[in-house]
Amino acid sequence: MLAYILRRLISIPFLLLGVASVSFLLSQMTKGDPLAALVPERQMSNPEIVNAVKAQWGLDEPMPIRYVRYLGNLLQGDMGTSFSTRRPVALDIAERLPATLELVIAAMIIGTAMGLALGLLSARFRGTVIDSLARIFALLGSSLPVFWSGLILLYVLSVRFSIVPGTGRLPPRVDPPPDVTGFYTVDALLAGNFPLFLQALSHLALPAFVLGWAVTGIITRLVRSSLVEGLSLDYARTARAKGAPERVVLVRHALPNAMIPLLTILGFTFAYLITGAVLTEAIFSWPGIGSYAVRAAASLDYPAIGGVTIVGAVAFLLANLVTDIAYAWANPRIKVH
Amino acid sequence: MNTLLETKDLRIEFPAGDGKWAEALCGVDLSLDPGEVLGIVGESGSGKSIAMMALLQLLPKGARVTGSARFKGKELIGMAPSRIRQLRGKSIGCVFQDPLSAFNSVLRIGDQIAEAITLHDRSISKRAALKEAERLFELVAIPQPAKRVSQYPHEFSGGMRQRAMIAMALANRPELLIADEPTTALDVTVQAQILDLLRDLRKDLGIGLVLITHDLGVVAGLADKIAVMYGGRIVERGTTDDVFYHTAHPYTAGLIGAVPSLDGDGPLQQIDGTPPSIFNRPAGCSFHPRCSYTQPACQAGVPSLMNTGHTDCACHFPLVKPRAEVAE
Repeated sequence: MLAYILRRLISIPFLLLGVASVSFLLSQMTKGDPLAALVPERQMSNPEIVNAVKAQWGLDEPMPIRYVRYLGNLLQGDMGTSFSTRRPVALDIAERLPATLELVIAAMIIGTAMGLALGLLSARFRGTVIDSLARIFALLGSSLPVFWSGLILLYVLSVRFSIVPGTGRLPPRVDPPPDVTGFYTVDALLAGNFPLFLQALSHLALPAFVLGWAVTGIITRLVRSSLVEGLSLDYARTARAKGAPERVVLVRHALPNAMIPLLTILGFTFAYLITGAVLTEAIFSWPGIGSYAVRAAASLDYPAIGGVTIVGAVAFLLANLVTDIAYAWANPRIKVH
Repeated sequence: MNTLLETKDLRIEFPAGDGKWAEALCGVDLSLDPGEVLGIVGESGSGKSIAMMALLQLLPKGARVTGSARFKGKELIGMAPSRIRQLRGKSIGCVFQDPLSAFNSVLRIGDQIAEAITLHDRSISKRAALKEAERLFELVAIPQPAKRVSQYPHEFSGGMRQRAMIAMALANRPELLIADEPTTALDVTVQAQILDLLRDLRKDLGIGLVLITHDLGVVAGLADKIAVMYGGRIVERGTTDDVFYHTAHPYTAGLIGAVPSLDGDGPLQQIDGTPPSIFNRPAGCSFHPRCSYTQPACQAGVPSLMNTGHTDCACHFPLVKPRAEVAE
């Protein structure tokens, strides 16, 4: 098992090399001129300034040289300097990644818990009102666009009834806790600042719910269909023949079998949300990777785009690895070599 | 002696669309005394398995069961779910055909057996139940029981899995064991071992056994009496000796002819055709399209069970002349 994990970890840099190359080449093939982001419009006709900027950012060198230099820098953890923030991309990402991770992890917890609960209810009471209600709730989550459900909930719960605070990670003019993990909730607890923890948690609650609701839809449907299928299989009949009540057949026998397909979806969804939480981050002014990526793309900020791409790729590779390991744990028939 | 299990006019119907019902079991009378072995023999679709599943209310939702089935005098048909659950796995154990799919593949075998025990006795600890599972493994001759209980179903061979399935069915010392094609999914040599095991268990534990099979050879050495089913009805029933040596029904004769024997030198007999679907049963005796003795009268009416002096046989033209109508 350990050898297997090591082998998988060793393969990750090679896969990343491929991802970095493709993202670099793609950015070279786009028509947009990065100079537009670097040189003020009025100076564009001034060749001296344009050439100086080109030289400063290395844009005057031929593409293969830039490619090799880019990869060489990447190996040292240098993702280049963002055209728009004028700061190292690695630093920008390191600042923003924890915000996204905190949001995505909270959303995954909410989504998985709701999805499992609704899937179980739905399968247990299939064909009844409970089943319909659970499935409607799940369907709404996966079909309502986040920019709609997020805005409506934000308006109703925050603006109208002040049940939750507004956007952002903390109220205005409140200092974040000392940086340990970058998760404000965790760091506030580590600092022993309980009121700050509550503030961070209440700011996290609504965006995490909105994002989690979308996840709930997929999970509910998957859990329900796996459970309903499981209940019709031979092992369920055996459990009933032993005298197990339907609740036990569902939870102790069908649920562990449903975990196997669920793990795949969870790993994939988690990785997807790292860069896919854009809309939620935008609506809730959440300073994460998603909003960074959108701004980078809009301003042809190639170093930033490349950085986000690599973060996304790492998220997928790691999520895949964790999924495979979890698979072996959930399904004893899988032997890892 | 008190009857262990007795069914009277047991009928099972499934919805066939448009508000119609298809009769899968058309009135079956069976009885079994404690410690007795009853072999129910028939092809797929004859109704032999669903009859037993109906007793435990394990049929798919939508099935309509009527008639009577009494276990130690208690009516099973229509029994409240909470009460039938107390019988399942406790007084009546079940062994299923394919032990690989019948076990839960993601749970350890020992845990699954321990569950059968703790479901009926909440006072027993998980550890004690696992210890009991080891003892049960010894009973069914599974080597290295302490190691085996912590393994998963896929780590067992087919024969060992079926032994474990039998151990699980015996976990609460049932009075009745229903074995539904327990050897069908196994190799021939392993089949013989499992049948030997069932024979020993029956002798040692004195439990009643219903052995459902499509293979007359399986019941021959084990059953006290045999019921042959075709098209949802019993076509012949009697003691094992009578069914084999005083065969009255052409279908039973066909089945006996289809059992391979080591000293026979002729070709293996077969019954031509396929069993009827429950949605489209032939009129009259449902065996008539495949019967080599068929006559016009066979299509006219459903024959009822008649005593031939040896077996009870439902045939218009039995191979042994009937003596009297079976008293219902």
